[in-house]
Amino acid sequence: MPIDAIEKTAKNLVLTVQDYTLFAVRAFTNLYRPPIYWPEFLVQADIIGFGSLSIVILTGLSTGGVLALQSSATLAAFGATAVTGEFVSVTMIRELGPILTGVMVSGRNASSMASELGSMVVTEQIDAMRALGVDPYRKLVTPRIAATICMLFFLTIVSDACGIAGGGLVTVFMNHQNGTQYLNMAWEHLRYPDIVQGLVKPLFFGYILSSIGCFYGLRTTGGTQGVGRSTIQAVVWASVFIIFVDFLLTQVLLKLFPPL
Amino acid sequence: MTASLASAQSRPHPFGQQSATDAGPVVVFRNVSIAFDGPPVLDDVSFSVAPGETRILLGPAGVGKSVLLKLANGLMRPDEGNILLFGEEISHMPEEQLFPLRSRTGMVFQEGALFDSLSVRDNVAYQLIQEKVPDAEIDLRVRNALRFVQLDDTFDLFPASLSGGMRRRVAIARALIRKPELLLYDSPTGGLDPLTSTTIIELIVKERDVYHTPSIMVTHRIQDAFLLCNNRFDPEQGCMVPYPKGETDHDTTFLMLENGRLIFDGSLHELVKSQNPFVREFLQ
Repeated sequence: MPIDAIEKTAKNLVLTVQDYTLFAVRAFTNLYRPPIYWPEFLVQADIIGFGSLSIVILTGLSTGGVLALQSSATLAAFGATAVTGEFVSVTMIRELGPILTGVMVSGRNASSMASELGSMVVTEQIDAMRALGVDPYRKLVTPRIAATICMLFFLTIVSDACGIAGGGLVTVFMNHQNGTQYLNMAWEHLRYPDIVQGLVKPLFFGYILSSIGCFYGLRTTGGTQGVGRSTIQAVVWASVFIIFVDFLLTQVLLKLFPPL
Repeated sequence: MTASLASAQSRPHPFGQQSATDAGPVVVFRNVSIAFDGPPVLDDVSFSVAPGETRILLGPAGVGKSVLLKLANGLMRPDEGNILLFGEEISHMPEEQLFPLRSRTGMVFQEGALFDSLSVRDNVAYQLIQEKVPDAEIDLRVRNALRFVQLDDTFDLFPASLSGGMRRRVAIARALIRKPELLLYDSPTGGLDPLTSTTIIELIVKERDVYHTPSIMVTHRIQDAFLLCNNRFDPEQGCMVPYPKGETDHDTTFLMLENGRLIFDGSLHELVKSQNPFVREFLQ
């Protein structure tokens, strides 16, 4: 019996990976093939981009502030509190900005996509769309993926800026250091490859979170309970996958842009 | 067929497009089987739908009626056998090639399957909007379709504010607006009160007798099936009237499923005379 259960789980896992791979390839190729539903793209861009702005600003400000707080204590031991600005800006732009924005947007939008599409599946709206001669992949999935990739890019920039601002506020008002020095260090030690690294990642994260959200939504079975299950799976797998891909991407990007 | 109905046959369709006429069967199932992690849901099912024919698919719940309907327009694919839709083999047809074929069919889902986020107007006009038909023409055709299902006043409403019966009628309007060449009704009266069920059946009778669109109607309600077979739409009175005693609609025939197998294919007369124990039990 336990062997049967393990075999069934393993088969399900392999089947899910296979289905997701096919789904991801199809979704990716659809990004470059007409028809492209621009009105749906704009609606999703508004929901994903503007709708996530508040959580991204708050997360960015808090993370930058925490970085400044934590680093200043350690850096003070070496008499290097002056580099707080560099530390915060490089960490935010290269790593924390993209990944935190990805995870936050995933929590908000991968779940929303999974539940929305899942509800459409269980109420046969997806079948109705197919029966009416419209491809739900192009009508529903492609605009969501394109909008997420596009808006996550800009949200990451906002998050980076807010992180640096949060670090600056903590540096000036709590650590009582010089604000001009913080900003100078933050700006002058920032290199072009740091910015490239920070802006390449959200393109991948956007694709991952939206494709996983849509994938789990469209394979929902089992009524409203199934919708809940899909939503949880979408958020969990999108977050885990983002962190795992971040690890792989960082290695590749560090090879391409080695640190000085 | 009555004279009044024969004259109605030549009337132009109010929603615009005309159906293509084709001498061959509209749908053909040949030895179709399908299973989902267990015993077959459909096992070696063969039948066809001729132009102008209405086929009523009977059977208890969970016997594979809805699956059969979804196989007919390629929403599902059979494990074995062949399905021909408008003369084209669709069993292994890629999804992208199926979309144009599906847009020639109309399907009414069990619960209506209206798009929650769209108004009744946009739901009914869904296909026309995708085809970028001008707004003025869309409005006109939607109003005609809603008038056909007697829901003129719901144009701007959203599905959430409609009753179950109204949702089904909007779903019928959505299925009819592009003048389909095949109509698929998936338990259109399921879960409705008797009065509303009769209203829905009357719409199906009206569609059948005025536009003669071939169709498959899935139901487990024998009274709906008999109502459909024993009545005709009278264009002069504008309502459904019973056939004279002993007469039924010649173009309405029956199919019955039991445990995934097609156990009956024939007319109402043959159905009521059938000696098959399951058919007898179902009728009783």
